[in-house]
Amino acid sequence: MSAPAESPHPAASARIPPKLGGAPASGAAASAGPGPAPHQQNGPAQSQMQVPSGYGVHPQNYIPPSGHYPQGPGKMTSLPLDSQCGDYYSGLYTVPTQNVVTSNTANQQPGAQHVYGRGPPAPHIVGSTPGSFQGAASSTSHLHTSASQPYSPFVNHYSSPTMYSANSSVASQGFPSTCGHYAMSTVSNAAYPSVSYPSLPAGDPYGQQMFTSQNAPTVRPVRDNSFSGHSTAIGHPSPLPPPPSHQYHQQQSLSGCSTLSWSTSGLPSTQDNVVRNHTGTLATAGSNPTNTVADSLSCPVMQNVQPLKSSPVVPTVLPGASSTRTPPAANRPVEPVASVTQPSELLQQKGVDSSSTTSSASPVPNSYDALEGGSYPDMLSSSASSPAPDPAPEPDPAPAPAPSAPQPSKMAKPFGYGYPALQPGYQNATAPLNSAVPPSSPGYSGFQPYAQYPGMNQLSSSLGGLSLQSSPQPESLRPVNLTQERNILPMTPVWAPVPNLNLDLKKLNCSPDSFRCTLTNIPQTQALLNKAKLPLGLLLHPFRDLTQLPVITSNTIVRCRSCRTYINPFVSFIDQRRWKCNLCYRVNDVPEEFMYNPLTRSYGEPHKRPEVQNSTVEFIASSDYMLRPPQPAVYLFVLDVSHNAVEAGYLTILCQSLLENLDKLPGDSRTRIGFMTFDSTIHFYNLQEGLSQPQMLIVSDIDDVFLPTPDSLLVNLYESKELIKDLLNALPNMFTNTRETHSALGPALQAAFKLMSPTGGRVSVFQTQLPSLGAGLLQSREDPNQRSSTKVVQHLGPATDFYKKLALDCSGQQTAVDLFLLSSQYSDLASLACMSKYSAGCIYYYPSFHYTHNPSQAEKLQKDLKRYLTRKIGFEAVMRIRCTKGLSMHTFHGNFFVRSTDLLSLANINPDAGFAVQLSIEENLTDTSLVCFQTALLYTSSKGERRIRVHTLCLPVVSSLADVYAGVDVQAAICLLANMAVDRSISSSLSDARDALVNAVVDSLSAYGSTVSNLQHSALIAPSSLKLFPLYVLALLKQKAFRTGTSTRLDDRVYAMCQIKCQPLVHLMKMIHPNLYRIDRLTDEGAVHVNDRVVPQPPLQKLSAEKLTREGAFLMDCGSVFYIWIGKSCDNNFIEDVLGYPNFASIPQKMTHLPELDTLSSERARSFISWLRDNRPLSPILHVVKDESPAKTEFFQHLIEDRTEAAFSYYEFLLHIQQQICK
Amino acid sequence: MLPLGFRRARLFVMASEAAWGQIIAFDELRTDFKSPIDQCNPVHARERLRNIERICFLLRKLVLPEYSIHSLFCIMFLCAQEWLTLGLNVPLLFYHFWRYFHCPADSSELAYDPPAVMNADTLSYCQKEAWCKLAFYLLSFFYYLYCMIYTLVSS
Repeated sequence: MSAPAESPHPAASARIPPKLGGAPASGAAASAGPGPAPHQQNGPAQSQMQVPSGYGVHPQNYIPPSGHYPQGPGKMTSLPLDSQCGDYYSGLYTVPTQNVVTSNTANQQPGAQHVYGRGPPAPHIVGSTPGSFQGAASSTSHLHTSASQPYSPFVNHYSSPTMYSANSSVASQGFPSTCGHYAMSTVSNAAYPSVSYPSLPAGDPYGQQMFTSQNAPTVRPVRDNSFSGHSTAIGHPSPLPPPPSHQYHQQQSLSGCSTLSWSTSGLPSTQDNVVRNHTGTLATAGSNPTNTVADSLSCPVMQNVQPLKSSPVVPTVLPGASSTRTPPAANRPVEPVASVTQPSELLQQKGVDSSSTTSSASPVPNSYDALEGGSYPDMLSSSASSPAPDPAPEPDPAPAPAPSAPQPSKMAKPFGYGYPALQPGYQNATAPLNSAVPPSSPGYSGFQPYAQYPGMNQLSSSLGGLSLQSSPQPESLRPVNLTQERNILPMTPVWAPVPNLNLDLKKLNCSPDSFRCTLTNIPQTQALLNKAKLPLGLLLHPFRDLTQLPVITSNTIVRCRSCRTYINPFVSFIDQRRWKCNLCYRVNDVPEEFMYNPLTRSYGEPHKRPEVQNSTVEFIASSDYMLRPPQPAVYLFVLDVSHNAVEAGYLTILCQSLLENLDKLPGDSRTRIGFMTFDSTIHFYNLQEGLSQPQMLIVSDIDDVFLPTPDSLLVNLYESKELIKDLLNALPNMFTNTRETHSALGPALQAAFKLMSPTGGRVSVFQTQLPSLGAGLLQSREDPNQRSSTKVVQHLGPATDFYKKLALDCSGQQTAVDLFLLSSQYSDLASLACMSKYSAGCIYYYPSFHYTHNPSQAEKLQKDLKRYLTRKIGFEAVMRIRCTKGLSMHTFHGNFFVRSTDLLSLANINPDAGFAVQLSIEENLTDTSLVCFQTALLYTSSKGERRIRVHTLCLPVVSSLADVYAGVDVQAAICLLANMAVDRSISSSLSDARDALVNAVVDSLSAYGSTVSNLQHSALIAPSSLKLFPLYVLALLKQKAFRTGTSTRLDDRVYAMCQIKCQPLVHLMKMIHPNLYRIDRLTDEGAVHVNDRVVPQPPLQKLSAEKLTREGAFLMDCGSVFYIWIGKSCDNNFIEDVLGYPNFASIPQKMTHLPELDTLSSERARSFISWLRDNRPLSPILHVVKDESPAKTEFFQHLIEDRTEAAFSYYEFLLHIQQQICK
Repeated sequence: MLPLGFRRARLFVMASEAAWGQIIAFDELRTDFKSPIDQCNPVHARERLRNIERICFLLRKLVLPEYSIHSLFCIMFLCAQEWLTLGLNVPLLFYHFWRYFHCPADSSELAYDPPAVMNADTLSYCQKEAWCKLAFYLLSFFYYLYCMIYTLVSS
């Protein structure tokens, strides 16, 4: 019998998945010991441990083979560089010159590195060619890549041998060296603080890279020792995330290994790197590294531009950056020296121009965005990374990765075969290291520790010692007594933890902006996961605007034959002709076409292909991937023109926006557009070319809707442009005198579906009231008296199936329905939202919209529309998520239709859509040390191209509970929990969902307390990685979606839930936990320079009224809204300088703009706000809130650490949790 | 008692057929055509969606007969005062009631919602449920058969 208790339904158990593991995990054997310590202890052996697990070990095992791949070293360098997308492209462009350069540079560089770093680097490298300058320019991008450079020396030790013939004995050295890496890396971490990167805004991994680049200079000296400069450059780039750098080194070595195996190929790759470097150098030459930082993503275009603009920020940094890049060049040259290089260079030169050729990898990125149409990719992407800028970010990322170092020593079978060979090569490098001269650069005092290591061989021992001292316990595991620590919120935005992988893999890994996992250390078994009581899942932002993206055109897209995984950087090459899938472990053949590397124009180095060098790539799909010709971009606007709508006045704004952006609508010459309006009847508009004016056709039979003239309602945008413009100009005034109050939304949607079904496309529905006629009519279900009920919130689900069924029909016809709900009354969003939810559309809600009475909403609509109309769009998309055997996905969150257990059907995909997936561990992962996740999004671009965007994420597997806790990504976990809680509240009840959220905290903290910390049980202890968990959960409980006791309109609540479901993590986090800054005393201290502007970086304040002083002014960034709260006794100077009013009393109640005043404080405030705005797709509306004004309740609702009449304060919440734990 | 036994047997065959039908339907749901390229095809999307909707529709059609047959049985057991058998069936009866009346939110729909059914955990849950029920029906079928023969023989 099926036991009811088992039922999957939410009701069954209030607890969210984390709870799954019944009783709190018992003490369990889990090694409580601080992860890192053990590693450190081990000498060389440890190195293996630390190594990404499988990789490190393999080398040893396979030492003999290494000999075969002497050439490997070059590869190493190349890999890190390649990993960064931006570099890649830049490389392509610049390539020709670079090639030349590389050959020259190879040996020359020893001294050059320093020079470059300082500034003049170009010349040295350039020595050979003008191209070098370009390279220099690109160097900014390199910086990113080079981030690892500081550590590179280590790499060199390891890897350097590759250049020189690899001996088995050498290989052995390499291993110890890896150990050394580890230690070294720790050192470097220590060094970071000392080094001042204040200005750098490296939030993302990329940003971090920037930092690293700075560091790089210091490192360089070291490198010099080893490689005589060449090496230094290389090493620097890799260390993107400073702490992780250790790992990077290792990773690099690994990757290098793989490359090594293909000896011939290795050479070319090095050249590539060089090329990139050169390009990078050019950019840098002009610009400051900081600029690049802003770009973090390092798209070539951006870099070039920015450098020009920015400059001043941090001179010291700059040199480093430049230097870092240049060094790589040196390294590469070295590699080439081995033999092959020259030929490859020649090839490259030839190919330089041909980069755009059809053969395969095309450096499209720059042009791509433009081609694709809408979106401000650059700004957005850069913004994401940029916010972090403060120096603080470094420490955060660093601790997590580095300390957590302890990885399972188990070697993954899958990986590593290819790698072993590489290491030997590295070993060769060691020799140079010894010779190296200590770095003398004044700026890099922090790095001096390196100097201590005279010889690479000795490094391992000394490193081991260092590491022990420096990090007894990973930062992420540091126990934090939550009730004692008052200031739990860091001063700077929280960054995603970096998975504890080796350096190479880390650099290759997918950006956390696109792909995040709640646990960056995947537990080995479901039992372990249950013990940890943490949710396991992925958060995706697959179609994010990217500044730079490798686009690959090739006849055969290489995929695993059994699981259809796309080839990615984490596969292993068994030999030149075969690769092993990292998801199912099948051995596949490398197709002939793949042997040829279009980038280097060389043959026989499949591991250098862009697909294997970038974890985010885009393929142009062949005709195999389409059964019908790709659909054109088709847009249909369905507009409510009932009295209510006309009264609200949205038509004016919409038509205006459309007129402005008509030319920017993404699409090609086939783009089609159509309009429908409806009240109690449905109006179609015949816009057929040749008509003198638009023809309005009215269908009043709403019970059986038909299309009056099926052919001419959707017309070609370019052929009928004049008619369309006429219509848009006329529309706002056509219905001004309407008396029709009914709204026949359902029939209108049915008509829209009929209109769209032959092609598919996007339907944008504007609705202002409850549909009251025809199919799909709705009744008001909200009882205003229940708005603040603490008990049951009803009607969170749809009232009718009509919209869901319609959405499914639409989804089947590749049509997405986007809903704009602009209403002043209850409109049953819960039902209406279904039309977008299941057709992969998006939902916008503007409560109490009125174009004059509520100007801020009108402005918001205007800005949202601009973004909406111009952003990129993908049609008839499907997304498939694959993961390593043993893991399985079970629940998806977002707007889509689940077509198969791992296939999501997306009629449209837009860059602002986020997804979440819950995972479970079905088989033990004991025989692998890494797991990978791959998202493949197949879509038709607005240009009618079938494209596949592939993201691959690689994470380590751990066997101890402590490591699991060390790798928690709190933000991702919170977002996943929020998604799960939405499901729970709809399928069960809101109170269930709230209980589940609280239980998630209670369970995970009590599990931690009982198994890991062993500390006092009276205190509420959390690992540092989880310290924000209770705070975020409390924030969730006070979020509109889940709050009780505070009056919340049903539509607002449902909208918040929709947003939780479909927003990407970055935006969702702001919504859940806003950022609060004090802005009346902005200073330039720690400011970031972006595009010529100085952006102050005030510290984050905790969300509590205790931080608000009457003398101050505070900015709260809630994602979609900004509030500026002005204290009653705020300094009149500030009010006058920034707000433009003489005193507090004269500030108007409704103020949504900061005047452009020519004062320093005004400039600072505005640049800070616009900088925050640049980082997100939907431009937030600013509200100036006076203390005492009625609007302040809105503001105070967001102070989630404070007590409200219906909810706990943060401290009370902690006590509550503690109580629950003790129960 | 005898005719009752026969009728029971026949009804039970029907109930188990319903369960069988479910299992087959879930299996069909789970199977997707294995060519991924084909699967990603927009044209295929339509077929697949139709398929899912069709199966969900079928499943929903099966739900009511199955539940009603089962409750009919329970009523008959009650009338026949077969307390032991009734006791065995009551948990399932309650489960059916719960399943039937616990519709998420206000929707009039039963379970097997096309957008949700393909979520792996929903699907595997439904599949497990169908297997369990099938086993239960089969076992009770033989038990009733045994009872029937026993009464026949003993009378």
